[in-house]
Amino acid sequence: MPKDGGIGASTKRREDIRFLTGKGRYTDDINLRGQAYAYFLRSEVAHGRINHIDTKTAAAMPGVLTILTGDDFVAMGGNPAGWLIHSRNGDPMKEPKRPVLAHGKVRHVGDAYAVVIAETYQQARDAAACIDADITDLPAVVDMARALSDSTNLVHDEIGTNQCFDWGWIEDNRAAVDAAFATAPHITTLQLINNRLTPNAMEPRASLGDFDPGTGDYKLYTTSQNPHLHRLLIAAFVMGMPENKLTVIAPDVGGGFGSKIYHYGEEAAVLQAAKLLNRPVKWVAERSESFLSDAHGRDHVTKIELATTKDGEFLALRTETMANVGAYLSNFSTATPTFLHGTVMAGPYKTPLIYVNVKTVFTNTAPVDAYRGAGRPEATYSLERVIDKCARELGIDQAEIRRKNLLTPDQFPYQTPVGLVYDTGNYQATLDKLTDIADLAGFEARRATSAKNGKLRGLGLSTWVEACGIAPSNLVGVLGARVGLFDAATVRVNATGNISVMTGAHSHGQGHETVFAQIVADRLGIPAESVDIVHGDTSKIPFGMGSYGSRSLSVAGSAMTKAVDKIIAKGKKIAAHMLEASENDIEFKDGSFSVAGTDKAKTFGEIAFSAYVPHNYPLETLEPGLEETAFYDPANFTYPAGAYACEVELDPDTGHVTIASFACADDFGNVMNPMIVNGQVHGGVGQGIGQALLENTTYDENGQLLTGSFMDYAMPRASDVPYYTVDHSCNTPCTHNPLGAKGCGEAGAIGSPPAVVNAVIDALHRAGHSHVTHIDMPVSPARVWAAMNQA
Amino acid sequence: MYDFTLVKPKNLADAVAAIADGAQALSGGQTLLPTMKQRLADPGTLVSLSGIPELHGVCKGDGGIIIGGATPHAVVAREAAKYYPALAALANQIGDPAVRNRGTIGGSIANNDPSACYPAAALGSGAIIQTNTREIAADDYFRGMFETALHEGEIVTGVKFPVPQKAAYIKFVQPASRFALVGAFVAQFADGVRVAITGASNNGVFRWAEAEAALSANFAPKALMGLTLPADDMISDLHGTAEYRAHLCGVMVKRAVMAA
Repeated sequence: MPKDGGIGASTKRREDIRFLTGKGRYTDDINLRGQAYAYFLRSEVAHGRINHIDTKTAAAMPGVLTILTGDDFVAMGGNPAGWLIHSRNGDPMKEPKRPVLAHGKVRHVGDAYAVVIAETYQQARDAAACIDADITDLPAVVDMARALSDSTNLVHDEIGTNQCFDWGWIEDNRAAVDAAFATAPHITTLQLINNRLTPNAMEPRASLGDFDPGTGDYKLYTTSQNPHLHRLLIAAFVMGMPENKLTVIAPDVGGGFGSKIYHYGEEAAVLQAAKLLNRPVKWVAERSESFLSDAHGRDHVTKIELATTKDGEFLALRTETMANVGAYLSNFSTATPTFLHGTVMAGPYKTPLIYVNVKTVFTNTAPVDAYRGAGRPEATYSLERVIDKCARELGIDQAEIRRKNLLTPDQFPYQTPVGLVYDTGNYQATLDKLTDIADLAGFEARRATSAKNGKLRGLGLSTWVEACGIAPSNLVGVLGARVGLFDAATVRVNATGNISVMTGAHSHGQGHETVFAQIVADRLGIPAESVDIVHGDTSKIPFGMGSYGSRSLSVAGSAMTKAVDKIIAKGKKIAAHMLEASENDIEFKDGSFSVAGTDKAKTFGEIAFSAYVPHNYPLETLEPGLEETAFYDPANFTYPAGAYACEVELDPDTGHVTIASFACADDFGNVMNPMIVNGQVHGGVGQGIGQALLENTTYDENGQLLTGSFMDYAMPRASDVPYYTVDHSCNTPCTHNPLGAKGCGEAGAIGSPPAVVNAVIDALHRAGHSHVTHIDMPVSPARVWAAMNQA
Repeated sequence: MYDFTLVKPKNLADAVAAIADGAQALSGGQTLLPTMKQRLADPGTLVSLSGIPELHGVCKGDGGIIIGGATPHAVVAREAAKYYPALAALANQIGDPAVRNRGTIGGSIANNDPSACYPAAALGSGAIIQTNTREIAADDYFRGMFETALHEGEIVTGVKFPVPQKAAYIKFVQPASRFALVGAFVAQFADGVRVAITGASNNGVFRWAEAEAALSANFAPKALMGLTLPADDMISDLHGTAEYRAHLCGVMVKRAVMAA
């Protein structure tokens, strides 16, 4: 029986009422008295030397309050990379300064080099058009291979190279891996591109800076997935102010997918302008600015090789990747292609020897950083594609080659050759479940039906595992992280028994207000309606690290669980006093504190009231109040896993691919709200289908963005995705967090792209186009047709 | 968007007079308004054609139907269905409901976007473009990408479509914009078949003479066997090479014949 409430119930999302009735409160909905508006002037060339910026005419335009350029921010710090990576030779990565506004050079189309503040947005924009910028065009660095080989044309002259680092993982494995390849009975090689994507959150970035001259306090309303991280970056690294002088508020945020983890220069600029003008300053990105200046995702070029026996047993794996970081290092950009990519290259398989090499490359394009899945989709795609190719070369069934190499349940905990320890899993169970829910046995009959309609049908699989719940500070510290990755929660029980929970996680669409309330209410045995979730305001919440990397539930939810347990412990103390019993004899169940073996009891509400009306408390041993904070730092990542099956129908006349069905058997550990989990899987797979078939951020050789609007950047629409079959009944609870939860936010985007592409290749092979071994994403009709018709 | 003045004349004469002063005609605005929003156009004064009753509506005339220049696609989809189903079906596939309720046939024909649907219908039907000063045969009207026979200040007041015995429009959409990557309009008249293709050529909508001849002799898909278009003047972009578009022309025409 489905539950009505609490953990495991498909409780409807309480926040949707305000979102769907226009009562959400987003950054652009907030207007402060005396507010002025900012317009950022952005480079129209990919690479240029700034000789002079003449603002005189513009400054005299109607309504203009001030104009700032890169010169005005020279004294400020740079926006830092959050992760220090060392090259194979031990050298630290190259870290050119990322200024608030471009200074000396502009380095990508959309790089902001001036900001106009005016009474109205239109006035600011009018004035910006009158700024006379003398910028000398320089040749654009766009292609990664050329960027690495050409040392005469540099994105950052001061570092002497376009390479940020050359990383080996694990360098000590390299010789053994090469030796295994030297003697391997079979080697499958695949060259592929993981296409560049634009995140396209529904709400564009927006920031509103405010300064209080009376107290010297700054306040920033901004589209952030992690307000404390923004505060830390802005205060400590960029603007150089005490953290306690800055409040960062991320109110309702309309999607992020990674792109709103990072601090961007516009945020520091509106704060600085607010201080200079003593007026609030607002900026809201236009959609074209989002395309040009939000951090993009993916953009890897990879060669992957798989060494096997003749019957398909994996012996060794080797990859060489060029990863684009764009023009500047965004905050997580160095972690994404390394520790979020190389460390999951083992997948769910028992491959004994693995070596991953990644060269990161500066180019005159927008910064590239973590985007839903972040590194793990790239690893999973490479791995699942090369396995598919290997199976075809060896004549082994796609499911069979995977089954043969999957880790077995008795192998957990499993130390991979790429640094991680998988705590638990049952990959056979999800593959078996998939076989059932996707009706793999019925595929041939469906193929025959498609063939009658003139369509080529194909089946693609992917079995995957990811590392998420991005945390263990201990582990990430060893790997180069410059931040901790714990989380925190405060549970404040009010005198009347209702509860405010302040969480370090940030909801930008995920449904935290519903799920966290379910968890707290379940544990305390009270109605969920009595619990409110507070997030997104550094002046209200404890210092937490926000939401990304499928971490909200497993890390912040665990902190919340710990805080609730402290509330129960304190409640027992209060109950013992009120009931004149020993604390050890107090039991807590279903919202009631009772003395074991008696009918003496106090309700949760009575305990809460007493905590704030402590008329006869023994104050030496019992503090008033009922409020607890907990920080939680897990022992390990969590390892969600699953098996996906995609069936496509391909129109042989046009090359057009339609997703006929998509089935997911996932292991997310314990599930708190199955409806929300289904929604996360639907959305993630939808984004994966978008990457596989449609989306492709494209720059031309001059660094001009060709996909700068939805006229050319193809987002998946409802008609591009199928009705999904989703199952998460095969769960192996996480062994090291109190909820047994693993995380589900990125899974769909990680597991789905290879399933789609494998299905397309399968359809072509079954129709006799066996010369087509690979098509790069997006597998557009034009590319499919070209592949079918290549000589 | 730059500041502008909006004029809303109640009749055609006032509209013509206003435009003669150098103002820009605004029909459904589905191309013009996004261009203005990006500050790529600064027309100063817009003359809206949407409030002029004589430019609205679908009516039956001699040997065909006449559609007023300011008639939105959704109205054509609804009201032309009983006279010219293939034209109504085309109108019903343009953009999305918001576009179809604002965008107009006159606006589309006047803009002559190389990937728009209506130019294929007009050329494929051998339509007559009516303006405030004259009538222009479709064969003389479309002059290349975004170019038409219209003079400065001339307004498309209506389009007169002869109704063929059989017709169909099939398009293969560009995945992002959902404009036609290639669209083919095929119409069989008593005196022969017309085939017009949009989306494919650097010169905008065009007629495929060889396909017309073959289909006039035998209106069946197999009549097209072996016929191909050269890729030389086809559009090549992110969404498809010239060769791919040339190939799609054949596929779309064949499918249009099957659907007619």
